[in-house]
Amino acid sequence: MHKQKSWIIYLVLLVILAGACGVSLFAGAVRVPISEMFESGIIQLRIARILLAIFAGAALSVSGVIFQALLRNPLAEPYILGVSSGAGLGASIAIVLGLGTLSIWALPATAFAGAMLTIFLVYRLAREPSGVVPVYTLLLAGVIVNAALSSILMFIVSVSSSDELHNVVWWLLGNLQIFDWQLLKLASFVVAVCLTVVVILSNDLNIMTMGEEPAAHLGLNVERTKKLFFLLASLMTAATVAACGLIGFVGLIIPHSVRLAIGPDHRRLVFASALAGATFLVLADGVARTIIAPTEIPIGVVTTFIGGPFFLFLLKRKKRSYWC
Amino acid sequence: MDVADGEFIGLIGPNGSGKTTLLRVLSKVLPVKSGHILLKGENIEKISRNNLAKTMACLSQEISLNLPFSVREMTLMGRFPYLSKLGHETGRDIEVAEEAMKLADISHLSDRLITEISGGERQRALIAMCLAQEPKVLLLDEPTNHLDVGHQLSVLDLIRRLNRQTNMTVVSVFHDLNLAAEYCHKIMVLDDGEVVMFGTPKEVLTSEMIQKVYGAKVLTELNPVSQNPHIIIAADMNHPNQ
Repeated sequence: MHKQKSWIIYLVLLVILAGACGVSLFAGAVRVPISEMFESGIIQLRIARILLAIFAGAALSVSGVIFQALLRNPLAEPYILGVSSGAGLGASIAIVLGLGTLSIWALPATAFAGAMLTIFLVYRLAREPSGVVPVYTLLLAGVIVNAALSSILMFIVSVSSSDELHNVVWWLLGNLQIFDWQLLKLASFVVAVCLTVVVILSNDLNIMTMGEEPAAHLGLNVERTKKLFFLLASLMTAATVAACGLIGFVGLIIPHSVRLAIGPDHRRLVFASALAGATFLVLADGVARTIIAPTEIPIGVVTTFIGGPFFLFLLKRKKRSYWC
Repeated sequence: MDVADGEFIGLIGPNGSGKTTLLRVLSKVLPVKSGHILLKGENIEKISRNNLAKTMACLSQEISLNLPFSVREMTLMGRFPYLSKLGHETGRDIEVAEEAMKLADISHLSDRLITEISGGERQRALIAMCLAQEPKVLLLDEPTNHLDVGHQLSVLDLIRRLNRQTNMTVVSVFHDLNLAAEYCHKIMVLDDGEVVMFGTPKEVLTSEMIQKVYGAKVLTELNPVSQNPHIIIAADMNHPNQ
């Protein structure tokens, strides 16, 4: 399995992604003839959703790959260092203060700010005076900050009025309804730039999986590499969270599934995970829109519903290790 | 303290005496607090990490091997310091890696996964990764830890062969004093962060030194085959009244 040429893998994944996009484009809560889709503008809305699903899926999956490699932990995923609760807190403060009605940018901007502030806080907390950031300290700091911010978030949810509450909860559950093309463009720009850098430097991740001391012995500047990749992963995750809320399990199961299929070499794992993650979210969004149409369910519910059992399967499989 | 080209040096000392720390300082993982480390006359502080990795390879105990890389993929990682940032291997990189696997006697396992082979095979695969760096100096942190006696000898024989055939300088931490006596040209004894002795096994491995540094009473005699010192442990010497 590990020996297939990379371009064949990419080609297969691209074809599957294209197929998923096609299906998703013509599936929806309302069944509309193709000719009317163009006139009514439904086609633009669906294309926007599909594009967002592609970028969000790719970003979350690649973040997951990065966090799993750097933290050397199979349970690592994009939200593990508290990005999610930081973004959630930022967004819910904006919703509760009524900023959401001022500008459509208020929510994404506060979510992004909350996410990035949280990451910097966690990184600072874990950093030793010598400048070294031990990953276990980072992991612990992330879990603690995540818990602390979640409790503040819960407090805000519990004291807010029912309308606001609905908005906060809906947002926390993930939602690909695009409300602004500019936002989509900006988020996809951030994701595309980060993704390109990660793909170029992906061999460094291979070396980092052996641990920091062996990586240094092979000539890698470990602290700089770690900082760069954490920044890239956090930027991608924060951009995704800002654009479409929290979408769980994508960043956990996609890296594992792709590793299972094509092996652990990050030089192809990164891009293959981006394609697979994009496909997964496009399909999950199709399901979210149609399964109990005309009501739409949050995409986070769909991904978690699929992801939970899938992860249990990985856990029970345990043939070699939790790393597939 | 000088180590000549092609020497096989053993580092011994009680737990916490600073053996691993010394290896970390030598390999630039930890900063030098005082003094200098010169590699062929050049201060290692001034050598870039990447260039250092082309001269010096280090097999630490702190390696995590969770991902199912094949032995060949692991060995190729030793080529990392020679690759461009894009990380694509050339024909020469693959040649060097194949040669390294041959030297380490694991070519037959090259398609097996590092997570699925035995401890001794894994250690030889990691040595192949070190060899792919084409180092002049090889640092090893207890390369035979957790191995049974058969694998201990196969790993140390491999290291001795490399040392003799390619004139590679080896500095290795040992816990087993008899193995150190048998394989090393010289032995350095560390105690509480200080070098307390440095010399041939015969000079260093005496029952007085072991009593002083390790606080253990043992007998030493000569190995009948190699004439190297051999440590004999007798439980009743330390606690006769138990």
